[in-house]
Amino acid sequence: MTNSLPLALVGGVDPWILAFSLVTVVVTIWMGFSSRKTSKTASDFFVAGRSVSVGWNASAISGEYLSAASFMGVAGMVMSSGYDALWYPVCYACGYLFLLLFIAGPLRRFGAYTIPDFAEGRYDSPLFRKIAVCFVLFIGFFYTMPQMKGAGVTLSYIFPGMPYWVGVVVVGAVITFNVALGGMKGITLVQAFQYWAKMFAISVPVFVLMSVVGFYNGHVGANRAAGESAAPITDIQRKAMPEKAPKDEVWVAPFGPLTTKAVNAAAAALPAEQRAAYLAEHQRPYSLLYTYSLIIALVCGTAGLPHILVRFYTNPDGVAAKRTTMWVMILIGVFYVFPPVFGVIGRNLMPELYAGLGAKGTDKVVLELPTLLGAGGGVLGSVLSGITCAGAFAAFMSTFSGLLVSMTGALAHDVYGRMLRPQASQDERLLAFKVASVLVGAVAIVLGCFVEPLEINFMVGQAFAIAAASYFPLLFMSVWWRGMTMKGAAIGMLTGGLCALGAAALTNFSTLALDKGPMGKIFAGFAPLNAFWAQHPLLRILCEQPAIWTVPLAIGLMVVISKLTSDDIPGDIRMKMLVLHAPEKLGLKQEYIQEHQAGAGH
Amino acid sequence: MPTPPPTHDDVVHSESFLSSLMRRQLRLSVACAATFMIALLGMPLANYLAPGLMATRVAGFTLSWLILGVLFFPFVWIISWAFIRRSIALEEEEVQQARSGKEAR
Repeated sequence: MTNSLPLALVGGVDPWILAFSLVTVVVTIWMGFSSRKTSKTASDFFVAGRSVSVGWNASAISGEYLSAASFMGVAGMVMSSGYDALWYPVCYACGYLFLLLFIAGPLRRFGAYTIPDFAEGRYDSPLFRKIAVCFVLFIGFFYTMPQMKGAGVTLSYIFPGMPYWVGVVVVGAVITFNVALGGMKGITLVQAFQYWAKMFAISVPVFVLMSVVGFYNGHVGANRAAGESAAPITDIQRKAMPEKAPKDEVWVAPFGPLTTKAVNAAAAALPAEQRAAYLAEHQRPYSLLYTYSLIIALVCGTAGLPHILVRFYTNPDGVAAKRTTMWVMILIGVFYVFPPVFGVIGRNLMPELYAGLGAKGTDKVVLELPTLLGAGGGVLGSVLSGITCAGAFAAFMSTFSGLLVSMTGALAHDVYGRMLRPQASQDERLLAFKVASVLVGAVAIVLGCFVEPLEINFMVGQAFAIAAASYFPLLFMSVWWRGMTMKGAAIGMLTGGLCALGAAALTNFSTLALDKGPMGKIFAGFAPLNAFWAQHPLLRILCEQPAIWTVPLAIGLMVVISKLTSDDIPGDIRMKMLVLHAPEKLGLKQEYIQEHQAGAGH
Repeated sequence: MPTPPPTHDDVVHSESFLSSLMRRQLRLSVACAATFMIALLGMPLANYLAPGLMATRVAGFTLSWLILGVLFFPFVWIISWAFIRRSIALEEEEVQQARSGKEAR
């Protein structure tokens, strides 16, 4: 066993792909280790000592944000679902605008390490901090699952004989180890480096590919839209589409397979003669609803991601925080033009991926597509495929590291440092950070092993939907409405967030029940849910994309409960609002801290 | 920078300063957000109501694909660039207002 397993793994491995991937991993780990000596104190671990320049910080935020979903998942989903999947890259990038307009500046002025810090400071309530901490973990774990799938897919592509779960365990263990030793100071450098690695890895293969096999517009144009007698561009050599591939006219147009899935399933359950009338009546309105709900989830969710917000505190001041956001939007916006190109070309030239399941499906199109160029026997295809694999490693490693730091910070800083042992020494806190990171990493690995049948991009969308219904309403309302009370904020955030969490989990359980592999057996108990949803497609859509009702629910509850408990509005609310909104040059923050310490006596 | 002891009856701590501060900032943010939201939420509606127009081919792309896949990103950069310029200018004005208020007292 010990002799044959490595041999089986080495068989069929492309040396170029392996070399590029290995270099990325080694450089990432080396950077983590070399920065270990400079990160000594606990605050270094948490926010990197607050001394990061705009350029570094913007690269680091972008590096952390561009996850396996952006690098692999967007391309995979554009290939499998067509036009509708474009909403993901657009909203991933544009969600930052909401963060910039409403949240980044005030939060930076208020000055706290994490969202739980803000929750406690804004409402003077240690209890609320404990509630807020839960969502760092909820959102974090939902977000780590697709990263783990990215790791499993990439490793089983590099080592064709390797089972999916081995990749998840190996990559998860390596990153956990790295975070436990390096902390965030190392991560800032690593993340900034990773952004440029990813940008290079997605753009260079795209340009080389397009110069050989035809350009982006040509490959979109090779799809015949409804009402056209022939595709407008015919000089693209397309391969025959397999049975499972969506037809050209639904793929290239809005309201395609992604948004009409629930209605199509419902129509399939009807007698044949009623189907056409049912589809004509329901398909497009329900798709529109799906699209809007998706947009709300992604735009509001970006503004509530815990592992992104924490980085705004590493800016020296509020103006720098805004400049950083501007640069982040440019850096990620440029990036997001490229992944859909892989999906579009992949549809025409590598349609056999439509028939693949789990780790062998469309999610690996970014990794495999460049090998088309190696068909003539040259190494160009292997080198480019090696580069995209290195980018994929950069993608899931950087996002997973960032999430691990946030979640570990929540456990070590909040749960251990404030709830369990407030009197712990500096050394004990550092030890707690390491233990917590191993714990969180282990749970993330176990969860990652379950999700092979789910699409990477879809799972990230769910993490955004939970953030959109919990942290976004909390931050938005706390910053702009002084009538908010702790009870209102807590009940709104908990109800909205838990509804989104429950809906996302139900959707995933029922999808996993359809799997033909081992997951189908584990989740077989949820199979009747699919029959129920075939009867009620609207409920399915509201469950799959819950943001359209959970975000208004959370904000509505916050307003109503706050009005009912208006006696509990913090006494120094005017001062708090001044700190949030007045320019930092006026020095109100220091004054607030002095008064607060004098008044509260701690 | 040492801060002066809190007196709490100057311009900075007055109710009118805070509410004008929040109102002006919110007005700027909402104006930028509205521009963005009209474009973002208008896209699915345009696809829904004018599918023929949005399917017009532009160099192989459908119009809908070209806008969402390429043109939307620079549009958002322009909004955020305008917002940052305006909001930094707004902060300068606020600082001026607060300082001159203090001297007048």
